[in-house]
Amino acid sequence: MKCQRCEKPATFHITELTGDTPQELHLCADHAQAYLAPAAAEEPPESFLGALAQQFKVGQTAAQLARLDQKACPYCGITFYEFRHAGRLGCPHDYVCFAEDLEPLILNIHGATEHAGKRPKRHAQSLNQQTELIRLRREMKEAVDREDYERASQLRDEIRGIEQGSETDSPPPEPA
Amino acid sequence: MKLDELANQCGEWLRGAGPESDIVVSSRIRLARNLADYPFIRKCTEQDRRAIVRSLRERITSVKELSKATYIDVEELSAIDRQFLVERQLISRELSESEGARGVAIDNNEQFSLMMNEEDHLRIQVMHSGLDLHAAWQRMNRIDDLIEEQVSYAFHDQKGYLTACPTNVGTGARISVMLHLPALVITRHIDKVFRSLQKISLAVRGLYGEGSQAMGDFYQISNQITLGKSEEELVKQVSDVAPMLINYERRAREVLIRDSEQELHDRVSRAYGILCTAKTISSEETMHLLSSLRMGVNLGLISDLEIPTINKLFIHTQPAHLQKLRGEELDTSERNIERANYLQRHLRKNTRDETPGDN
Ligand SMILES: [Zn+2]
Ligand SMILES: [Zn+2]
Repeated sequence: MKCQRCEKPATFHITELTGDTPQELHLCADHAQAYLAPAAAEEPPESFLGALAQQFKVGQTAAQLARLDQKACPYCGITFYEFRHAGRLGCPHDYVCFAEDLEPLILNIHGATEHAGKRPKRHAQSLNQQTELIRLRREMKEAVDREDYERASQLRDEIRGIEQGSETDSPPPEPA
Repeated sequence: MKLDELANQCGEWLRGAGPESDIVVSSRIRLARNLADYPFIRKCTEQDRRAIVRSLRERITSVKELSKATYIDVEELSAIDRQFLVERQLISRELSESEGARGVAIDNNEQFSLMMNEEDHLRIQVMHSGLDLHAAWQRMNRIDDLIEEQVSYAFHDQKGYLTACPTNVGTGARISVMLHLPALVITRHIDKVFRSLQKISLAVRGLYGEGSQAMGDFYQISNQITLGKSEEELVKQVSDVAPMLINYERRAREVLIRDSEQELHDRVSRAYGILCTAKTISSEETMHLLSSLRMGVNLGLISDLEIPTINKLFIHTQPAHLQKLRGEELDTSERNIERANYLQRHLRKNTRDETPGDN
């Protein structure tokens, strides 16, 4: 049997099971390698990005979607548009600031919206206090980028203050 | 422990022991976790990435039970060494191929690894041989608790552990078993299995990640949803389905033996013959033949080989492993020759003593 993509003999027989019906592929070693190569370990299934694209087209007018796309997280700066295209969120706060918009997607993926598993035993600070550091660090970087060193050093002190505060919350390291 | 020492040893999960290990190669659990005070990887600056690795490393090494794990700076590794860790299933392809500060801490007997700055800040993986998910979960839960005492994870009351991709939110847990299903492939029942698993929202993948290609007839079954069920429920779901697949594979093997024992025996013997005598052999062909051989040993068609030996050959004949064991870089055709040599040395050594009539 010949390779489906070139004249070489097909030494590789792949049954592709991702669609609705299984597909048989017969490929030479080179084409098989190219075909199998990009598989990353745990990429979100393509159906996820597809669902994501679709989710926000139904039930929303173009104008509503355009408005939603411009919404940005005040902590990490990611826009909803960026999330829709990359399929990855920018920071923990996104689950709060895009909550309403993410809810139907999360329900679609998991068939549930409420966590039922384990919880951290110790709740040091609220999520908002923690994510505040994300915003401050981003602002500091922006200040450095525009060479506003005075503002940058103010922000650095603020960050240090919070970081040291949170460190005293932590239990002391176990004795070795 | 050095990476070169790792090449020569064989991970605990390959020892071919544990329940149902003729069909279930390994049980694996992965948890995704993020620090609460840093953005997810996509929005991290290089400085953030370094700070995350430094902080995780410091805190993890302060835990006595985890401090013996070997830390490896993945950014500094050569391409071969990174590929080697992927083949060994200690890091993901994503961690190997991404850029910037990232690392992994590996347990000495390869039962757990802690990936830093993969898709999430921390990914904990626990791997046991055979069907052993409940024990693997107990180990995982303990490791997670120990780290949790040191760091603040991003956690939300309703949404649970927060992850970069909403497909992992909640428990952040991926529970999986790696199954060897050659008879279901030969009898063409594997597609039906695949479709029925999808209906109960379990995912099926081929040996190396997405795409579900039948590389050596190994399939990984895992949970698709992570929210709305407890970790124990997810473990139970995969644990309950595994015995059904095992029975299904066993029945397919029985049918093959009953209806076409000659052909089956011929297939296995030819595989053995080629593996013992080839002068050059590709990695794909090796996987394919070793799969037949593995089934042959389990069915008693071959009596002078053991499963751990075959499990080890699967891993050691991969491209990066061959090069690490040889101690030099080899191109494709050199690797094919080296692979054939390696197989001969290990398969013949195994049989020599037991074939006195051979001359
Ligand atoms: Zn071709
Ligand atoms: Zn954000």
